[in-house]
Amino acid sequence: MATDKITPEEVEHVASLAKLALTEADKEAFTRQLDKIFGLVDTLDEVDTTNVKPTYTVTDLTTALRDDVAVPANETQKLLANAPETQENLIKVPAILNAEEEN
Amino acid sequence: MNFLKTNLSELHEQLVSGKISATELTQATLDNIAVRDPELEAFITVAKDQALAQAEQVDVKGVAADQKLAGIPYGAKDNLVTKGLETTAASHILEGFKPIYDAAVVEKLQTAGAVNVGKLNLDEFAMGSTTETSYYKTTKNAWDHTKIPGGSSGGSAAAVAAGEVPFALGSDTGGSIRQPAAFNGIVGLKPTYGRVSRWGLIAFASSLDQIGPLTRTVKDNALVLNAIAGYDERDQTSAKREVPDFTASLTGDIKGLKIAVPTEYFGDGVDERVATTVREGIKQLEALGAQVEEVSLPHTKYGVAAYYILGSSEASSNLQRFDGIRYGFRADNVQSLEDLYVQTRTQGFGAEVKRRIMLGTYSLSAGSYDAYFKKAAQVRTLINEEFQRVFAQYDLIVGPTTPNVAYNFGENQDDPQVAYMNDVLTIPVNLAGLPGLSINAGFVDGLPVGMQLIGNRFEEATLYRVADALEQATRLFEKIPGGVK
Repeated sequence: MATDKITPEEVEHVASLAKLALTEADKEAFTRQLDKIFGLVDTLDEVDTTNVKPTYTVTDLTTALRDDVAVPANETQKLLANAPETQENLIKVPAILNAEEEN
Repeated sequence: MNFLKTNLSELHEQLVSGKISATELTQATLDNIAVRDPELEAFITVAKDQALAQAEQVDVKGVAADQKLAGIPYGAKDNLVTKGLETTAASHILEGFKPIYDAAVVEKLQTAGAVNVGKLNLDEFAMGSTTETSYYKTTKNAWDHTKIPGGSSGGSAAAVAAGEVPFALGSDTGGSIRQPAAFNGIVGLKPTYGRVSRWGLIAFASSLDQIGPLTRTVKDNALVLNAIAGYDERDQTSAKREVPDFTASLTGDIKGLKIAVPTEYFGDGVDERVATTVREGIKQLEALGAQVEEVSLPHTKYGVAAYYILGSSEASSNLQRFDGIRYGFRADNVQSLEDLYVQTRTQGFGAEVKRRIMLGTYSLSAGSYDAYFKKAAQVRTLINEEFQRVFAQYDLIVGPTTPNVAYNFGENQDDPQVAYMNDVLTIPVNLAGLPGLSINAGFVDGLPVGMQLIGNRFEEATLYRVADALEQATRLFEKIPGGVK
């Protein structure tokens, strides 16, 4: 059920949107596999959906709001304990600007 | 001790009478896991100290006659967050993550006095039908260690079927409780969407995910659902519905119940021997007084395609939060913040998760949204309407849970669209938010065959009533996996 719709360039573009890096082998495999999956997905075209309302959720519930009251949790230290790198009660990350300068 | 020949009610009686203490029961469970699990590989994490501390608290208070789960050990699928206990979703990207709160269902079971002995293996982020995509372990089928346990709740199903724990929790997005329950010959329920709070379930596809119990018997299943069901303001999709006592429906009387059997559930791709086994089960229901008629659900075959678009789209959004900043795995030797995101996700996610993120991102991207995401959501409407037409005339729908019995490791790995078709009979139930239950209906080549019962929204009690009547007639739960020592 190959469609030949999915190109390696598209796969590369989608990977960049999804923040994933692909090797050449990954790119080849994903192109082939996604193409087959879209071959399966294209069977949906057999279904007449004219004027059919899409279903995004099956509940008829609507968003419920609670009162906007701050509740002190005092969980900073517990949360920080999970962070890979911390400094003075903050999560440490690499510089944002270096890469842009290099580009 | 193992739990192959006992049920929750018997354990409860022993705890109430003082014949065994919660600590003794927990210690015996941990000892058995230590012996059996190196081969079965159902557990990612065993919570020895925490479990014994919890059991001790139960013993201090004592077990009252109305505390049906107090002192009883269980395992939780490792996509349910547990306070202070590593929670990985079977992904490298969450390695070392220790949540600071308990999932609503874990909290409820703790309040009920049940003892969490550990976290069970799954396909990475619950994406898969074999539990092979786990970063950590290769769980075996309890009946044949050369076969897959099914998935994604493969650890939960294998642990219960092999008698390591009396019950387990799983999650089901496209069949992930029912299919492994079928492959391991036990009872697995995916409750109605909204019946059980998902607060603390690591989200895969939020419009489809539900949490449910895996047990050896129907009554055990009903007892666990009693404890975990109900409204929770922290999950906005949880329903403000009264929770009945689900064990009250186990009357054994199914006379006059109207059962619909969809022709499509026995169609192309369904193993003839599986079909025959399930049809024999249906005959038993008929002999018990149910009225059985064939119906048609012609859109069934489109469920898989709609599901992979909708589920993957939701997953690609839900999994954006995993970036290496606040918890879990972080890649080394990165050049910048952007590079940190990309390297962490590239090294942290496995192939199947990446495939679904890619599929979802593509479906939601500019120019594809109407053709894929909206189209799939429209087909979902047609599938829902088709079910509702059947439920206007029938009490439940019955068919096989899966087209085949458990298969070998490594099959279909490079052909995801073939593997996806294995979920054709379970997926439509999630799309429509209905409750679905799998129960053992017999064996093919020594491997269990699951019968699936599908009910209308919030009609879990009807599923339990029928499954219990079948179970009492067949007593298949008395059969024990041969591989278990």
